[in-house]
Amino acid sequence: MKQPILEITNLRAGVEGKEILKGLNLRISEGEVHAVMGPNGSGKSTLASILAGRDGYTITDGQIVYGGVDLVEMSPEVRAREGVFLAFQYPVEIPGVNTTYFLKAALNEVRKHNGLSELDAMEFLTLVKEKMKILHLPEDFLKRPVNAGFSGGEKKRNEIFQMAVLDPKLAILDETDSGLDIDALKVVSAGVNKLKRADNAQLVITHYQRLLDYIVPDFVHVLSNGRIVRSGGKELALELEERGYDWIVKEDLQTA
Amino acid sequence: MTTATETIEGFVKNEYKYGFITDLESESTPPGLNEDIIRFISEKKGEPEFLLEWRLKAYRYWLKMVEPQWPQVKYPKIDFQKIVYYSAPKKKTDGPKSLDEVDPKLLETYEKLGIPLRERGRLAGVAVDAVFDSVSVATTFKGTLAAKGVIFCSFSEAVREHPELIRKYLGSVVPYTDNFYAALNSAVFSDGSFCFIPKGVRCPMELSTYFRINAANTGQFERTLIVAEDNSHVSYLEGCTAPMRDENQLHAAVVELVALEGAEIKYSTVQNWYPGDEQGRGGIYNFVTKRGLCKGRKSKISWTQVETGSAITWKYPSVVLQGDDSTGEFYSVAVTNNFQQADTGTKMVHIGKNTRSTIISKGISAKNGQNSYRGQVKIQKSAVGARNFSQCDSLLIGNRCGAHTFPYIEVKNATASVEHEATTSKIGEDQIFYCNSRGIETQDAVNMIVNGFCKEVFKELPMEFAVEAQKLLGVSLEGSVG
Amino acid sequence: MTSIQSKPTPAVADPMVREFERRAGQTPTTEPSWVLPLRRAGFNRFSETGYPTIRDEDWRFTNIAPVAKLPFQTASLPGAESVTAEQIDTATFGTLPGPRLVFVNGYFSAALSRPSDPTAKSTIGNLAAHLEGNASVIQPLLTPSQHILDDPFACLNTAFFQDGAFIHVPAGAELKDPIHLVFIATNEAKGASIHTRNLIIAEAGSRFTVIESCISFGAQAYVANSCSNFVVREGASLEHVKFQDESPDAFHLANLHSDLGAASQYTSHSFALGGLISRNTIRSKLNGPGLECIFNGLYVTRRNQVADHHMVINHNEPNCASHEYFNGILDDESKGVFHGRILVQPEAQKTDAKQTNKNILLSNSATVDSKPQLEIYADDVKCTHGATVGQLNEESIFYLRSRGIGKETARRMLIHSFAGEITERVQCTPVREEIDRIVWNRLEESPSLSEKLATASNGTPTPEA
Repeated sequence: MKQPILEITNLRAGVEGKEILKGLNLRISEGEVHAVMGPNGSGKSTLASILAGRDGYTITDGQIVYGGVDLVEMSPEVRAREGVFLAFQYPVEIPGVNTTYFLKAALNEVRKHNGLSELDAMEFLTLVKEKMKILHLPEDFLKRPVNAGFSGGEKKRNEIFQMAVLDPKLAILDETDSGLDIDALKVVSAGVNKLKRADNAQLVITHYQRLLDYIVPDFVHVLSNGRIVRSGGKELALELEERGYDWIVKEDLQTA
Repeated sequence: MTTATETIEGFVKNEYKYGFITDLESESTPPGLNEDIIRFISEKKGEPEFLLEWRLKAYRYWLKMVEPQWPQVKYPKIDFQKIVYYSAPKKKTDGPKSLDEVDPKLLETYEKLGIPLRERGRLAGVAVDAVFDSVSVATTFKGTLAAKGVIFCSFSEAVREHPELIRKYLGSVVPYTDNFYAALNSAVFSDGSFCFIPKGVRCPMELSTYFRINAANTGQFERTLIVAEDNSHVSYLEGCTAPMRDENQLHAAVVELVALEGAEIKYSTVQNWYPGDEQGRGGIYNFVTKRGLCKGRKSKISWTQVETGSAITWKYPSVVLQGDDSTGEFYSVAVTNNFQQADTGTKMVHIGKNTRSTIISKGISAKNGQNSYRGQVKIQKSAVGARNFSQCDSLLIGNRCGAHTFPYIEVKNATASVEHEATTSKIGEDQIFYCNSRGIETQDAVNMIVNGFCKEVFKELPMEFAVEAQKLLGVSLEGSVG
Repeated sequence: MTSIQSKPTPAVADPMVREFERRAGQTPTTEPSWVLPLRRAGFNRFSETGYPTIRDEDWRFTNIAPVAKLPFQTASLPGAESVTAEQIDTATFGTLPGPRLVFVNGYFSAALSRPSDPTAKSTIGNLAAHLEGNASVIQPLLTPSQHILDDPFACLNTAFFQDGAFIHVPAGAELKDPIHLVFIATNEAKGASIHTRNLIIAEAGSRFTVIESCISFGAQAYVANSCSNFVVREGASLEHVKFQDESPDAFHLANLHSDLGAASQYTSHSFALGGLISRNTIRSKLNGPGLECIFNGLYVTRRNQVADHHMVINHNEPNCASHEYFNGILDDESKGVFHGRILVQPEAQKTDAKQTNKNILLSNSATVDSKPQLEIYADDVKCTHGATVGQLNEESIFYLRSRGIGKETARRMLIHSFAGEITERVQCTPVREEIDRIVWNRLEESPSLSEKLATASNGTPTPEA
């Protein structure tokens, strides 16, 4: 029996008094890859933000249980230390703080939280260099400031690289394909696939089916107007590719 | 598409359409200023002793002051002894008891200006105080307001009927020592409007003052005082026009606002004094001091101004945020065309905790117009958690104009957050071309783009004023693109 | 307004007049005869204006009265052994390769300097030694221009300058190594003033880097009053890094004037870390079309320090870009002052001017006065400015927290990052790395930063905001 990692029940949430998620249900178990697709404005990024604990969102109803405990009560850093990882749609530039320093600080926080000893510089470097290979990152990457002056593709690769180093239980990829050309998309997807294991899970949020050619989901959910209106296997994504979102949205309106 | 049609019509009418002169007999003092003139004004108005004393103190202080030199404006030296400090339409009795007693020529003037003083007129939801040259000629809807306890009358009447309020609040926000023009105004002010909103009252209608300069060589020095008691609310509008005359005329007003706990005052101005002609002859020197005091907790003062007129504008509607959690806002559109000059902006002084202020300023310069934003955001040490956001954008039309931005930011508290942004850009050729290629003429395209540029400010104006303001903008920018 | 108020009585103290006249009367003079009239012009102008006060708009936020109160006294020639070569080698940028000019208390020290390759065509030396031989180049540049006359300290410098760097790089020359200028104050006497004058000329198409470090050994209240001219001719490219970390009691006044030619590139960095009061008066004239310049600055202050950057960028020609970035991190009772004026003349169409000033206050007693200004007389321009006080980017904080880093550590990292935004613009790699290290350590010394670090590192999760 697979253990559930994330259970979202009847989640209602919004920003500045405007409700965006209107009763969302989602259950993700170990070893699964879920894709959430939907038209613009359906609430995809809101879902990612709420899971990672971004400020400014209010949860008005429902619950989010992660690994058997209430996720909502945790601060963003505790979520991260507990194994929740968000790959940002727009990774932030942090000039003046080099990638090594940043990642080492993050990794040691996570390790400390989980009762593990902190890695020294050598151990850290060994680990990081190995992970860098997965993403085909150049040597000087570690010396550069976090995301500063990176191209769009480099930033996304850096996100997945961080994911590889921090080794999360639940990885949320928020529109990771946006702004990537096909070659970069392949590298990033291959990286994500290598990080898939029987005891972790991935939630892939995307507008286009394209990404799902490379990261093959076990389940596809369609998010529309703040709710999941349809769930299915990977073939649902193909159907969406062919027919667009309109028909589902319309059917949803008729049944609602 | 009525607005668009109206706008285009606006362009056809080339001239300043409020430039007519009303032929009225008036009573004036000879030009010049001395203590006798001040005594005369005070006596004419039957003022109590304390007010005369205050005027004289202000005058004596003014004598020691020098005209400010720091604004980014140029004009020949003003001879203050050539100005007429008091001019009033001659009237038979002490003052009109009702509109029927008001000189029909005056009523006609205001009809022409689109400000009907008869209560069944177009601005049915707005109470109007009309100030002609130096004196208030009529105030409408007094009865309706009185029923709510709202006092809205001319300043002279307030001095007679509510001296205790005047004594308490006059000069409490803008002391006569404040600046050169405020001191001059304090000495010679002749009339203006007074509003008092009692505790807990939401003023049932918009209050409005319409200022008109008519007489030649006359300075207009009015004084407005608005007091909003705890948890009251008022929205106040101010409009101004003047005839076309070749010589410059001085307008030096003072506006003081006081908001007590939880009170809210919204003050909107559409300033359309005569701007002078295309060669820069004539026009009003508009040197005005406006300041609000958010005295109580959670009070709010909001200034919105659309400045299209005057040869020179010099004004900085400000807010002193004394009460904790109080809010100050400043929304401004200033247009300078031909030889107009504007040096305008605001001051936000944060004293109370968690005080907030927002500044949105849009300057538009065309032909030889010079437009400066000058603003100060001051966070005092006591202003824990204060926040300010300022956005100042300038639009340039033509290559002889100028746009300048002079913000002063002074922060003395580490928990404060202040953000200032400014941009200056040319009206986009690609935008105009896009409009042209859709069949829109260049001048209309400019008008559309400018209106879009000013949208954030217009949306702060009461409906009727917003429409008025948009039209005015079109007229002001007439002929700005060749 | 830039006008200097004329005061009814000249504010020049007697010792200053005596000192000037003593020097003027010295025979035989070591200087060519054309120098004295220039000095006198500067002195006369200063006699008219005196020291600026906070009533002068240009000095509104920086009270220079403590300097005016000091007894006027020029710095004396230091003893031969007062500074050793080892001290220089171990000081900031001591390991940089390339030519090095060292000035101790404003006097050139040949012993401590390292000459440039003698086969190179460039002139890299001390000004005093070149006044005679290079008069045709130097004289026009020393003649007080309006910007000198407008700045009392520049006038004072003109009257009393001792020496300084003279760098003249011929057309097309490209220098591999940066030129390092070291200005050291050993400050034996309280109130001694040091006046250095630098001329740096980049002829057409030349390319090089000048690193200027202003440091002190000792801690007296002295006045370092420098004046530098940068002439960057057509197509030349010059990077100038000014690093100032003088004694906490020092007064540092610098006038940096640049005259930029067509299609040139000029990058000027100012790092202001030391001094009780430091003021950089920066004036740049964009005198040729199509050029690009960057003014980049960082001030990190503590205790009762004041750091002032006062800048006027004059766009006189079309198609030029000027970008200014100034960040300040202010602790204790210190104060940051920024004044940046971008002036776009009617001819300067297609100007692209950008200016930002950002500040973080680490203590409740620190203050900031910021005056970013745009004055624009041309219509086809893209000009922006922005100023902020007191905020770290919320999104960046969230990003760090979402990687498991606690809120206070995230804040601390972002304060480093705030400095990093500026340091990363230094193109000369070894210099950038050294400045990075110095600034990082300086910030780490701040109790305001480490207190928060202590709470963050005890492992307890911070409550959600």
